[in-house]
Amino acid sequence: MSQHDPVRVAEDVCLRHRRDRTRLLQVLIDAQERVGWLPPPLLTAIAAQLDLPRARVEGVAGFYSFLYPRPVGRYRVLFSDNITDRMLGAPALMEALCGKLRVEPGKLSEDGLVSVATTSCTGMCDQGPALLVNGRPLTRLDHARIDQIAELIRRKQPLDAWPAELFQVDDNIRRRDALLGLSQQPGEALAAAIARGRDGWLEQMHLAKLRGRGGAGFTTAVKWMACRDAAGADKVVVCNADEGEPGTFKDRVLLASFADLVFEGMTLAAWAVGARQGLLYLRGEYRYLLDGLRTTLARRRAAGLLGQGILGEAGFDFDIDIHLGAGAYVCGEESALLESLEGKRGTPRIRPPFPVTHGYLGRPTVVNNVETLAKTTLIALAGGTAFAATGTAQSTGTKLLSISGDCARPGIYEYPFGVSVDRVLEDCGASDVQAVQVGGASGVTLAGYEFHRRIAFEDVPTAGAFMVFDSSRDMFEVARNFVHFFAHESCGFCTPCRVGTALLEGYMDKLAAGHGAKMDLADIEWIGRLLKNASHCGLGASAPNPVADTLLKFRPAYERRLKNLDFEPAFDLDAALAPARRITGRDDPGAHLDTAQETSQ
Amino acid sequence: MSGTFLFDGQPVPFTDGQTILQAARAAGHYIAHLCWHPDFPPHGSCKLCIVKVAGRHVSSCAMPAKEGMEVESNTPEINGERRALLQMLFVEGNHFCPSCEKSGNCQLQALAYDLEMLTPRFNHFFPDRPVDASHPEVLLDFNRCIFCELCVRASRDVDGKNVFALTGRGIHKHLVVNAESGRLADTDFSAADLAANICPVGVILKKRVGFAQPIGARKYDAQPIHVVAMQEDK
Ligand SMILES: Cc1cc2nc3c(=O)[nH]c(=O)nc-3n(C[C@H](O)[C@H](O)[C@H](O)COP(=O)(O)O)c2cc1C
Ligand code: SF4
Ligand code: SF4
Ligand code: FES
Repeated sequence: MSQHDPVRVAEDVCLRHRRDRTRLLQVLIDAQERVGWLPPPLLTAIAAQLDLPRARVEGVAGFYSFLYPRPVGRYRVLFSDNITDRMLGAPALMEALCGKLRVEPGKLSEDGLVSVATTSCTGMCDQGPALLVNGRPLTRLDHARIDQIAELIRRKQPLDAWPAELFQVDDNIRRRDALLGLSQQPGEALAAAIARGRDGWLEQMHLAKLRGRGGAGFTTAVKWMACRDAAGADKVVVCNADEGEPGTFKDRVLLASFADLVFEGMTLAAWAVGARQGLLYLRGEYRYLLDGLRTTLARRRAAGLLGQGILGEAGFDFDIDIHLGAGAYVCGEESALLESLEGKRGTPRIRPPFPVTHGYLGRPTVVNNVETLAKTTLIALAGGTAFAATGTAQSTGTKLLSISGDCARPGIYEYPFGVSVDRVLEDCGASDVQAVQVGGASGVTLAGYEFHRRIAFEDVPTAGAFMVFDSSRDMFEVARNFVHFFAHESCGFCTPCRVGTALLEGYMDKLAAGHGAKMDLADIEWIGRLLKNASHCGLGASAPNPVADTLLKFRPAYERRLKNLDFEPAFDLDAALAPARRITGRDDPGAHLDTAQETSQ
Repeated sequence: MSGTFLFDGQPVPFTDGQTILQAARAAGHYIAHLCWHPDFPPHGSCKLCIVKVAGRHVSSCAMPAKEGMEVESNTPEINGERRALLQMLFVEGNHFCPSCEKSGNCQLQALAYDLEMLTPRFNHFFPDRPVDASHPEVLLDFNRCIFCELCVRASRDVDGKNVFALTGRGIHKHLVVNAESGRLADTDFSAADLAANICPVGVILKKRVGFAQPIGARKYDAQPIHVVAMQEDK
């Protein structure tokens, strides 16, 4: 701890963040990078530096999966636990790595060298199985790679000395349309929008009828106008790059290879609403993109596309800062994201008020998805009417799909809205398909008889995930994986979600262990309804979707697991008596409970 | 500005800025709640106060009243959901009412009686939540915490001490105190703080007075909470 004197570290890091309390999360991330974890005295010192109650700092440190208030290994290995990674063999690979390193999953090795555990979807489903080692993604795992990793860790090789190809992440763009096929110079769209004037630009956005690509599908122009018209001159544009939905990775590709379009979109939003400050919230899993994004920002500043008087337009001042997340799916929910940006726990806020009037630090704020913002450049360049000419009446333009699972060509596909599921399946080389999960864990599970349906807000809406399951897959296990995901990612604020997701997890595990009964299915349905009705935010409301859909469409996958059609306890009564038998030294028939006989009576 | 809305079919007047719960209360209609407190802004976490407006569920403690809205509250459907939420709170913690000092004065217990929660229904979690008895005047029995954050809010906004906060997330969320040791004795907490007197359940308990008032003569022993709560308001 000597080179990590907590007071020194806290002082250094807090100073680098100007002792700004709203940067608490960034401070904790940096401090942890220096020390490896967040020891209690370090939290105390950070609290003192920022003049915050220590308990609040502890509260934030305890909220995010990638912050460690307890010691972890010098090498922290986290296997992506999304269902597609599992289908590609992640559990066996994790077991192999644990075996080679002689460490138990979730535990710290005795020498403190390594810890191996799972994490929620890392957004690498097109090149899984994937893992993060000290925050850096490693893709296309197989046993050879696992051997290599184990050896590198055993030899204590610093990450920078690991072979670069281990860290290679591909874009896998398979189908380009308007956005991915665009060739434009940075600033071109911006110049076009400036030429139209602020109102003229918003008018084009109206004509385009662009709807948000982050899931809810709110009309972007309406959101922008509400923010522009809100009281207060200090407006903010936030880019939601949290992309935590299992099976989604299109924002990753946009940020990796089309960052100029994303930042230009943010600047276009700033031009429309009159914002001077922009924030991009980058999920912790995509931290490896940070340097590249900062370079792009610097280049744009140098080109006069950010900063004072953008493109020579007096009074058009706008700049962008990047904040890092630290492993919390709920922070993609826009009000939780704002809390996180303010350096707090990512708990969704009460609405009203809405972010467009009371957002970041109480200021009027536009929160938009990465893809939404990138799309606005198309509108600036070609005009709203041209944009609205593709897609469907209520869903204009194109949509990026992140395709993974059982198909020959996983990756990114850009289609005009209205494309049928059948067509997508054909293009990505999927055969013998049993089900498609559209929109990720919180989306819908489509069965074969629905593959004629269309991807559009009018029919099957999606934030971008498209996971394919062939007939060899067990849809119960798919749903169980998602239930575990939601239980892990619930922020815990409201009763129905905090307790309900944990209960659902218990029921699904009970079924998986072969102890299910019909009454459990009824309970699952009832808890699901309660979650949908009473939850505080979209996480709890959508958490029961995969179970509800699969129960409806793949019921035999559940019924197969029922031991009893009526009631079945979660535990074995006779086994529970074993300690009593041991203590009393009895093992005669009278000391046993014949549960099988009782239930059959 | 003001207006009227329908609450279970009866007209209820409201003034602008009032929430459904506030306006209903002022008109003599009780809505179950745990995390709401008349002296604090709404929190919106327990969800006991859910009502149905135009077919949608909303938290009445946080939702502003609007002209002409039709609110359903005392219906079998909503009360059934409230009961399930209570059952969730009961299995999530460790609630042994017969041995709890707060019995009879506890809002969770009183609501369970009021909403006719006759069985526990779900599997118990039996979490491991050690008690903190370090403070000379006050005992913290975390086993009963329902995360209403009233102590957090009272300590922060009224006492100016920030003694309490929440950490962890999901089902692992838990209350912590403002000390590196994690012990209440190492904070500036005092039994005179509002935070020491606001817990609706039996977490924050004054020492040596537990049964001074006998069970049977306590707040919710003679009358149900929906009656007591409305009398207090007057
Ligand atoms: C639990 C939850 C997670 C979410 N995650 C994301 C996300 O990762 N990215 C995103 O853009 N929107 C996400 N959203 C939706 C946002 O709250 C918000 O609607 C969106 O960012 C608005 O941008 P848009 O209008 O451009 O779609 C999430 C919503 C919920 C309820
Ligand atoms: S629904 Fe879940 S994630 Fe959303 S506020 Fe409630 S506990 Fe948090
Ligand atoms: S200790 Fe009491 S007041 Fe504080 S959050 Fe828990 S239940 Fe609420
Ligand atoms: S009283 Fe409204 S959510 Fe608790």
